[in-house]
Amino acid sequence: MNSVLKIIAQRLALGLLTLFIVSIVIFAAVNLLPGDFAQAILGQGATPEAVEAIRTDLGLDQHPVKRYMQWLGGALQGDLGNSFAQANFASFVGDDSGVRTSVAQQIAPRFANTMFLAGVTAAIAVPFAVTLGILAALYRNSVFDRATNILTLSSISSPEFFLAYVLILFLAVLNPWLPSLSNIYDGMAFSERLEKTLLPALTLTLVVTAHMMRMTRAAIINLLASPYIEMARLKGINPMRVIVRHALPNALAPIINVIALNLAYLITGVVVVEVVFVYPGIGQLFVDSVKIRDIPVVQACCLIFAAAYILLNLTADILSIVSNPRLRHPK
Amino acid sequence: MSGLMTILIALAVIAALGYAFRLAGQKLTNNAPMFRDMPYAVAFGYMLGLAVILWAVWTYIKAQFLLPEAEANKYFYFVVAIHAFIIFSVAAWVFRVFGRAVGTAGTRKLFRQMPLTASFGVLVILVYAILAIFAGVLAPHGQEEVFAQANVVPGGNPALGGDPAFPLGTDQIGRDILSRLIYGAQNTVGIAFVTTLIAFFVGGSLGFLAATLRGWLDQFLSRTVDVLMAIPALIFALLLITVASAWVTGWGLTVAMVLIMALIDSTRVFRLARAVGMNIVVMDYIEAAKLRGENLSYIVFREILPNATAPLLAEFGLRFCFVFLTISSLSFLGVGIQPPLADWGTMVKDMSSFINYAAFAPQVSAAPLLAASAIALLTVAVNFVVDWMLHRSSGLKE
Repeated sequence: MNSVLKIIAQRLALGLLTLFIVSIVIFAAVNLLPGDFAQAILGQGATPEAVEAIRTDLGLDQHPVKRYMQWLGGALQGDLGNSFAQANFASFVGDDSGVRTSVAQQIAPRFANTMFLAGVTAAIAVPFAVTLGILAALYRNSVFDRATNILTLSSISSPEFFLAYVLILFLAVLNPWLPSLSNIYDGMAFSERLEKTLLPALTLTLVVTAHMMRMTRAAIINLLASPYIEMARLKGINPMRVIVRHALPNALAPIINVIALNLAYLITGVVVVEVVFVYPGIGQLFVDSVKIRDIPVVQACCLIFAAAYILLNLTADILSIVSNPRLRHPK
Repeated sequence: MSGLMTILIALAVIAALGYAFRLAGQKLTNNAPMFRDMPYAVAFGYMLGLAVILWAVWTYIKAQFLLPEAEANKYFYFVVAIHAFIIFSVAAWVFRVFGRAVGTAGTRKLFRQMPLTASFGVLVILVYAILAIFAGVLAPHGQEEVFAQANVVPGGNPALGGDPAFPLGTDQIGRDILSRLIYGAQNTVGIAFVTTLIAFFVGGSLGFLAATLRGWLDQFLSRTVDVLMAIPALIFALLLITVASAWVTGWGLTVAMVLIMALIDSTRVFRLARAVGMNIVVMDYIEAAKLRGENLSYIVFREILPNATAPLLAEFGLRFCFVFLTISSLSFLGVGIQPPLADWGTMVKDMSSFINYAAFAPQVSAAPLLAASAIALLTVAVNFVVDWMLHRSSGLKE
């Protein structure tokens, strides 16, 4: 058990290091480019006072390293700076009242919404994909297997917005079963909230199911040639039991791994899907901020997405070690 | 709630039918092995499949012949999907038959072993390539040409608000959708292709270089790639495009997007090229080339590259799909390929609100779906081909 803890601690440290370097990259991408950022953002017609105000507001007059330290320090305490949109506006009208929406205030409620969407998606997608994978492995090379193969391959290679619009077309417009807009607000009843989240969650399910299902199928089929499966089969156990009781536990490591990796993939999918369904999540905020060049919000969202991505990859890594005795006790 | 009840009752009926089907099979065939050893789940599966097919056929007949037009509108897309499925299957089959009869012995053998999905993929890729190359000749109008008739409904039927001059209608400001779809093949596919090429050139050369030289260069490049890959591609692209958009607009932003995507994607290519290169560098013939005193570029491009083409080509297909999808997503979000270039992602975004009219005027909502399915069709096709290639190279195991 000791060695497991040691490995996990190592991975955690490595993950933190990666996150630290990624934060430098995100910061540097915005700050170390040539030219005057404040000038570029305000355009040619900007008054010198406005440029100066932006510069002070962003701390552009300070040394980049010092600014980075302040930014990181703030981020660690949950203070991600002030939204740039408001800063911009205040500088333009020349009446800086000092009241701003902080990035953290903007992000917090949306973060919860996105987590809810991801949670619903995972709750649908994971059991669905694993069941489908087990069935495909059980009836491999049958019509069922081929049909699922073609369907999952098609759904994984379609863009998210295509799947989203097809679902909207059939489930919301032609048959008014589900709402096509996810206008979620605070204090909504859980059932209503779930109903509004269902369509985006179904879209994301289609996106991530294919990988998980194919991996489950491949992992199980890989094992079917092993002698102990042959033994179980010769004992006369029925095929379903062979797979669920004998093959599945040993195939668990790659399956868990691919589930975690696909949840990480959700992070990218969430951006497009939230825009299609106008779901008030962090992805939508991110895209809106990109369009109005609200740099502090973009940086913060980027950091959160990267952190979630690294965390899930780390989880995949650790889970695959924990679930595999050969990795747990390295020689 | 009644919908749920219908489904439950249907499932119960299917379950009973499955049992009856197996029993009847056992009785009628005098316990043939197929029915004797059939698990109940399989019988249920057969009946479920049969029920789905029957339902599809019934809905199709109902929509095509029985219902009045106003009610049949609801099934318009269902009918279109069935038609598309049949047309594509037949086209793929004919193409395969054609491929088996014409060509050299090698290509004929290739087509003989090809599943229908792969021949469908090859056919679609060929059609897209022709559309992309000859877009200027094939498109009836220019991609930026604005006509007086805006919002012409697709279908070309004047009674429904169409116009025979614009078979797929026009968009909100009066540009011909058919022409823009064809030009979209040139722009969207072309830009994605160029991006992938740049990514492969940069990532491939650096990867081989790292594999050949090793040492600090390898360490430096590999660690940089590790960090860059720790940020999800779409997110990183959006961040860099935000920064780029402060300096350039319009055409410049499209070029910036291509470079950014190429940079992000070259990290993935670098990983593969380095791994493949590592295995090749230890070969004796590389040693011999080094002893002959060949320079670095000779070793990388004349010795390593020819031996690494096979894995790199398969990767090229997948990477192209990925780049194509990401660029389409970026365009859909409004920060990818910039107007006036016609582009599928942007078209979907601009016309997406028409989907809400699908219930009573299905033709109106066809335009955004056409653009979106143009994207989906190509990626599905490439994936089918790559899937088949991987299956073939893995020696048809299982």
